[in-house]
Amino acid sequence: MKKVLTLVSVLLVVAMFLGACAQTPVAEPPAAVEETTQPLRIAVVSPSSINDLAFTQSISDALMVLKAEMGEGLEYAFTENMFVVDDAAAAIRDYATKGYDIVIAHGSQYGSSVQEIAPDFPETVFAWGTTVDTFGLPNVHAYEAASDQGGYVNGVMAGMLTKSKIIGVVGPIETGDAKLYVDGFVAGAKSVDPDIDVRVTYIGSFSDVALASEAATTHIAAGADVLTGSAQMVVGAIGKAEEAGLYWFGTQADQNAFAPSTVVASQVYHWEGILREIIALRAAGIMGGHTFSADLQNGGQVINLNPEIELSDEIKAKVEEVIAGINDGSIVIPKP
Amino acid sequence: MPPKQVTADLHLKDRAGSIFDQMMPIFATLAALLVGAIFLMLLGANPLTAYGALAQGAFGSFNAFAETLVKATPLLLVGLGTCIAYRGSVTNIGGEGQMIIGAILSTWFGLTFTELPGWLAIIIAMLLGILGGMIWGGIPGILKAYFNVNEILSTVMMNAIAVQIMNFLMRGPMIDPVQREASSQIPQTARLLESYRLPRLSPTRLHLGLLIAILLAVAVYFLLWRTTLGYRIRAVGQSQPASKYGGIDVKKHIVVALLLSGAFAGLAGMMQVYGVNYRMITDGSATGFTGNAGFNGIVAALFGQLHPLITIPASVLFGGLLVGANAMQRVVQVPSALITALNGLVVVFVVSSEFFRKRSQKRRLSQSGTEQAKPEEAEMQQEAGEA
Amino acid sequence: MISDLLSATVIIGIISSGIRLATPYLFASIGEMFGQRSGVLNLGVEGQMLLGSFAAFYVTLETNNVWLGVLAAMGVGALMGLAMAFVTINLHATQGISGIGFYLFGMGMSNLLFQKLVGTVEGVKGFQKISVPLLGKIPVIGEIFFNHNALVYLAFLLVPVAWFVLNKTTLGLKIRAVGENPEAVDSLGVSVAGIRYLTVIMGGVFSGIAGASLSIALLNVFQQNMTAGQGFIAVALVYFGGWKPFGILGGALLFSMINALQLWVQVLGIPIPAELAVMMPYILTILVLTLSVSKGQGPSALTKVFEREG
Repeated sequence: MKKVLTLVSVLLVVAMFLGACAQTPVAEPPAAVEETTQPLRIAVVSPSSINDLAFTQSISDALMVLKAEMGEGLEYAFTENMFVVDDAAAAIRDYATKGYDIVIAHGSQYGSSVQEIAPDFPETVFAWGTTVDTFGLPNVHAYEAASDQGGYVNGVMAGMLTKSKIIGVVGPIETGDAKLYVDGFVAGAKSVDPDIDVRVTYIGSFSDVALASEAATTHIAAGADVLTGSAQMVVGAIGKAEEAGLYWFGTQADQNAFAPSTVVASQVYHWEGILREIIALRAAGIMGGHTFSADLQNGGQVINLNPEIELSDEIKAKVEEVIAGINDGSIVIPKP
Repeated sequence: MPPKQVTADLHLKDRAGSIFDQMMPIFATLAALLVGAIFLMLLGANPLTAYGALAQGAFGSFNAFAETLVKATPLLLVGLGTCIAYRGSVTNIGGEGQMIIGAILSTWFGLTFTELPGWLAIIIAMLLGILGGMIWGGIPGILKAYFNVNEILSTVMMNAIAVQIMNFLMRGPMIDPVQREASSQIPQTARLLESYRLPRLSPTRLHLGLLIAILLAVAVYFLLWRTTLGYRIRAVGQSQPASKYGGIDVKKHIVVALLLSGAFAGLAGMMQVYGVNYRMITDGSATGFTGNAGFNGIVAALFGQLHPLITIPASVLFGGLLVGANAMQRVVQVPSALITALNGLVVVFVVSSEFFRKRSQKRRLSQSGTEQAKPEEAEMQQEAGEA
Repeated sequence: MISDLLSATVIIGIISSGIRLATPYLFASIGEMFGQRSGVLNLGVEGQMLLGSFAAFYVTLETNNVWLGVLAAMGVGALMGLAMAFVTINLHATQGISGIGFYLFGMGMSNLLFQKLVGTVEGVKGFQKISVPLLGKIPVIGEIFFNHNALVYLAFLLVPVAWFVLNKTTLGLKIRAVGENPEAVDSLGVSVAGIRYLTVIMGGVFSGIAGASLSIALLNVFQQNMTAGQGFIAVALVYFGGWKPFGILGGALLFSMINALQLWVQVLGIPIPAELAVMMPYILTILVLTLSVSKGQGPSALTKVFEREG
């Protein structure tokens, strides 16, 4: 019995080493020759799940759009659920070592990692989101979403739709993208009527769907008739809004299909525009140093109105007006 | 055959058998990976390529090995705490929270007092990390000893509370002033001064923390096997019924066990900040900061049969498994969820393999002449022999 | 502002939210209680809940039958319970840690299966609210207590049933005896292993139902990691409840209602940091247990390996 076990284990370990040796050629970076037959290789490292209907899904969707456009010309690798910054750093470094042309670090917590790793790989383009800091490094781009813009537009619509003048917001933690969106939303709602009471709850978790749903229930019981929220756990909140026959505004991903009679509009990120620019810049020899913003003007952010919900012409006109105002700068979204 | 020859043969067989027993966790891991291979195939990945990538990612290059060591450091520290605590018959599942509090305390210090010489700052930071972990472990300990509040309940709650404290501080009072102004509002602290960071073996991320952890492992070994206190701790851990009649002893040992294992976890948290990231950052969850080291460290200790010195290679191997699994994901592009499931399988298999190891050990001992000895005595004898 | 909390709407809201939030805890905790009463600690409840949650969601999605979904969850939970039982009882695995392994496995598998079999987040038509005839119409009380879905009612009914089984049946006696003095039970000819297998599998079944209560009753959706630590809270509540079903009920309701309270605190704009509000249920649970006089002795044989001599 012991002999069998030892033998099997030895065989397994040998097999692993053989497999490891077979890896070595792949680990070498491809020749840096400008051949148009070589596909562009992009790697993405992201903190949550690829189908979270929120942050990570948005970048995954963008890459799928690019893949559809570029076909064989694009090859991409995706590493999701890198919520441990360490692991993400290892992943970013690994992809760069493997010779990926563009490495996208899609998480604001990856900043330090990018700052450390980028100088070691001058031939690799690093894109860090969602932020504006490129650290002054020649091969780092930064991109962010001006989610306060989409938040503002959503807030305006919500302000016009609410009859009880009470709006509820279900957020995860008061940081980053969530905070930006919520701040914009509150400003938008108040711009319609300063007496509107926008109540914000942060439930302290990105994944507790049950708590998010009770937060929504609490808002509704307290009189809210329009709701919004950010991050993946809000699917619980949307469900409650649907049950109560109320309106919801979505962000980060198109939530319209999730509850067609409830979600009035979703602010959707289209990162592909930014990615196309990064690719073009790289072809022109520029490896970094640019800051991109996904906003309403450049199509990086889009407000997807839900076709299943009838909006009055007044509201639709106002939406157009507000978007135009944000784009031409006449509307400035106040910071809290 | 002359008698000396016979004994020599038996001794050799005994040694080989002993080594075989020690390798049991490795066999268990391989068994788990075999099961994992089935999942890999179902997902359309080639298991050979996949596991080759795992081995490569864990040990295949100098940089890969360095990454493994970086991953192993918190595992080793938490594992050492477990080695002590477990013998006081306490499984401390509050490691996640203790790591966080230890990190918060040491980070706050490093960012507030910026005029000290680097080496001094690091030592104080280490002490604060230990203190933070001790507080967070001590509270459940005291609640247990004096209020009979079960430690599983209190540590589960304390973990959750620690996360909220971390979130509040990272987005509030301890946030990087740069972030406060920026629109991105990343919940992270400012970076530690260059001089305050643990030295690294460039160009890898291997930092001094590993060396400190190894030295601590040796220290723990001496504590447990060469001091009277250590002997008592081990004795209590061995013979439960006797200590139960002691009453107070058990209580005190639970407090001490939680204090000590908390201390190590807190130090692990400090190392993550001072050695790896140079700042503290939160994504809202405990795992985002700790990487599950609070749990995986316990497994590493079991891997190492709760012996502080064996926990060193055990942590390296387990760390390699974790690092390699991530590398595997990148090569064969399987969903990361599979990696988590594999992690779980390995834990279950390794924990289960203890049974076979102990049984084999018992058989060997009874064969080599300690037939009349009770299993625990034999184990103690065995350990004494190994020590 | 704090006085706002004393209004009728708020109190009604807190109690009904509390009832809903308590449902998964009731299932999982009572299941775990049986296991612990017989001497086995299972820290893998979270993994069982997640897999059960997914199984219920997927089967309901495909078959449109919520009860089949519950059955699927029960089956999956039973399987995981069986594995846990084998590992614990036959292989004497260290109980705290084997549980963590099952937790990781369950979490990984549920996410993996979700990604491969479902792909996108979508809703499902789960259990609908049932108003109890007559009782449901009582003003206020009816709204709070008698307008929930079937699984909520089942969860609360489980409490007295569990109490009865544990305290008034032979099986319950055996379970309790095995947890206190397995040697004595063994000498009487009752199979310790058999009882433990039963309770651990039962625990798995109930954890599965707890997961199902989330995905096809309360929330009608599946999201990855949606239990967010509730499985661990459920285990903690067993200790809080002193291993008694009604104690667990008290603990589950306390925890859940304070959670509901903290949401109201935030909604009403009471100016405390969100994190402090979120912490409230955890802190109060520890505090209440610390201050309560009777804590209950745990089963003497809890987590101890039982080996038949001879």
